[in-house]
Amino acid sequence: MNRVPTDAPALACRGLVKRYPDIVAVAGLDLEVRRGECFGLLGPNGAGKTTTIEILEGLLDQDEGEVEVLGRGWRTDRDELRRRLGVQLQETQLADKLTVEETLRLFRSFFTDGPAVSALLDLVELGAKRASWVGKLSGGQKQRLAIACALAGRPELLFLDEPTTGLDPQSRRQLWDVLGRFRADGGTILLTTHYMDEAHALCDRVGIMDRGTLIALGTPRALVASIGAEHVVEFAVDGTPPPDQALRALPGVREARRRDGHVALATSELHATIPALLDRLRHDGTALSLLATHSATLEDVFVSLTGRHLRDE
Amino acid sequence: MSNRGGAAHPLVELTLARFREFLREPEAVFWVFAFPVIMTCALGIAFRSRGAEPVIVGVAEQAGADAVRGALAAAGGFTVRSIAPGEIERAIRDGRAPVVVVPGTPPAYRFDEARAESQVARLAVDRALQRAAGRQDAFVPEERPIDAIGSRYIDWLVPGLLGMNIMGTGLWGVGFSIVQARTKKLLKRLVATPMSRAAYLASHVLSRLLFLAMETLVIVGFAWAVFGVGVRGGVLALAVLALAGALTFGGLGLLVASRARTIEAVSGLMNLVMMPMWVLSGVFFASSNFPDVMQPFIQALPLTALNDALRGVMNEGQSLVALRGEMAILLAWGLGTFALALRLFRWQ
Repeated sequence: MNRVPTDAPALACRGLVKRYPDIVAVAGLDLEVRRGECFGLLGPNGAGKTTTIEILEGLLDQDEGEVEVLGRGWRTDRDELRRRLGVQLQETQLADKLTVEETLRLFRSFFTDGPAVSALLDLVELGAKRASWVGKLSGGQKQRLAIACALAGRPELLFLDEPTTGLDPQSRRQLWDVLGRFRADGGTILLTTHYMDEAHALCDRVGIMDRGTLIALGTPRALVASIGAEHVVEFAVDGTPPPDQALRALPGVREARRRDGHVALATSELHATIPALLDRLRHDGTALSLLATHSATLEDVFVSLTGRHLRDE
Repeated sequence: MSNRGGAAHPLVELTLARFREFLREPEAVFWVFAFPVIMTCALGIAFRSRGAEPVIVGVAEQAGADAVRGALAAAGGFTVRSIAPGEIERAIRDGRAPVVVVPGTPPAYRFDEARAESQVARLAVDRALQRAAGRQDAFVPEERPIDAIGSRYIDWLVPGLLGMNIMGTGLWGVGFSIVQARTKKLLKRLVATPMSRAAYLASHVLSRLLFLAMETLVIVGFAWAVFGVGVRGGVLALAVLALAGALTFGGLGLLVASRARTIEAVSGLMNLVMMPMWVLSGVFFASSNFPDVMQPFIQALPLTALNDALRGVMNEGQSLVALRGEMAILLAWGLGTFALALRLFRWQ
């Protein structure tokens, strides 16, 4: 593998715009992915993640803006880039009636450099399934095969569009392990996801996208810290909860939101907020029907920035 | 020396993938192999040579019918059917009797001028009745009937069926799988690799060649074993022709599939392309039945060229050199459609 040791970013785009007749899918996006990092584009459906990644993959042409991948441009170095990138698309269905091994051999044949087919099978733990038809695989196995196809040319940069959507927790972990091995070899990853835990688990840095633009950028830890509250208290009552104003006045509380009869309080001091909340409710004579707390996540960051949840339709 | 990690050249891997996918699709195998055999068998039985067959004659059931029947029986070679006087026209229409004699002095012949079978029956009946009435022939010709292999309808039909099959499987085999790959976004995934686009399209045409050998062998082998249909011009010439035909229709299949987004759309387009050729290109009946003004167009169709050439090789024993005109038409179609498909092709 000839990775040029350089500080130049693995990927950079400036002022990216993509318009469709009825919608502006990407509205002026700047992005930089460093070599060796795993960068996650997080956002709800329709945020423009797939359009963005397909422009970066050279599968779509942007209307405005510049894209540089591995220091090259799509217009001038298409063939070289195709050899150096690995791609997994969101909706690809591989041929149902080819076996796992036949499919991998096919993809491997397009590259003049890369691991042996058997090594790829081992990498994604599909050795035992090598003779199975693709159509007979589980969702997780199909996704691992798709990743193996993306790794067939030993890429320097791997693009993954919602790689674990629809998978059960165990399959997602298996896939994360595969990506971990790729990164251990020095590979760079750009992935999109609407799972905040996936972004937490895999990504060095995260860009949160909404309506075609980047609304936040940073490490997952820094983003969570940016809302100024490490914890979220969620509660519901029989009757009317106290007004927002009163809730925001409770010690430690930075923010109060209501949703489906639940109230969520973002707080920096859990130990002070909860007793104060319980006192207030007792004083009002309302009974708690639910009380839960969790550490603040990227989901809470998204809610705090947009007022909506990641998986709202 | 290139390293492909245990995989072969992309063109080989792509062609193998197509080949495997096809073989694992039972419906496709049926249409390519079983269907033409069943078709050949059915038509062969319907149109088999049965030697000199008796001529069927209807005789209107009225006074004098017995005399006519007697005359026909004496002449020999007739099967006589009695027809009620009110039924004559219907009997001719529905094929019970191609000609009906209405006894009288002189008798009347009722028949359908537009049907060859009806005309022939009229002549045979007329000759028998004239002779019975006392006519002397001016001379008695020497009659030497032939029933040589190569001149029967089945001999004429089998090359046409083979040509039709090469066209059908070429278009379907290529067009269907490409549109399927497009709707499943597999094409999009493939263009995200360094794969050569020309190699992808070529693999579809090449995988056709593998089937073609089998297809041709099955149809020609069956026709030979059951009906004794031969290949006078040699197997090699037949193989070259079949190859040229497969390339031609593979290219046409690529062109038809180059922009279609759905299976329905490509099916419609393929029928639109094939339908005129089924009718015009001499599969079941000779294309010379169509008026002269249409002939330049009909002769330029790829299936006409293929069928003519296949008949030339199988029935006439012509060499490929003699068939260079047809070969040129096939190659022009194949190369032209492939080049156009490569330009028009929608990859996403």
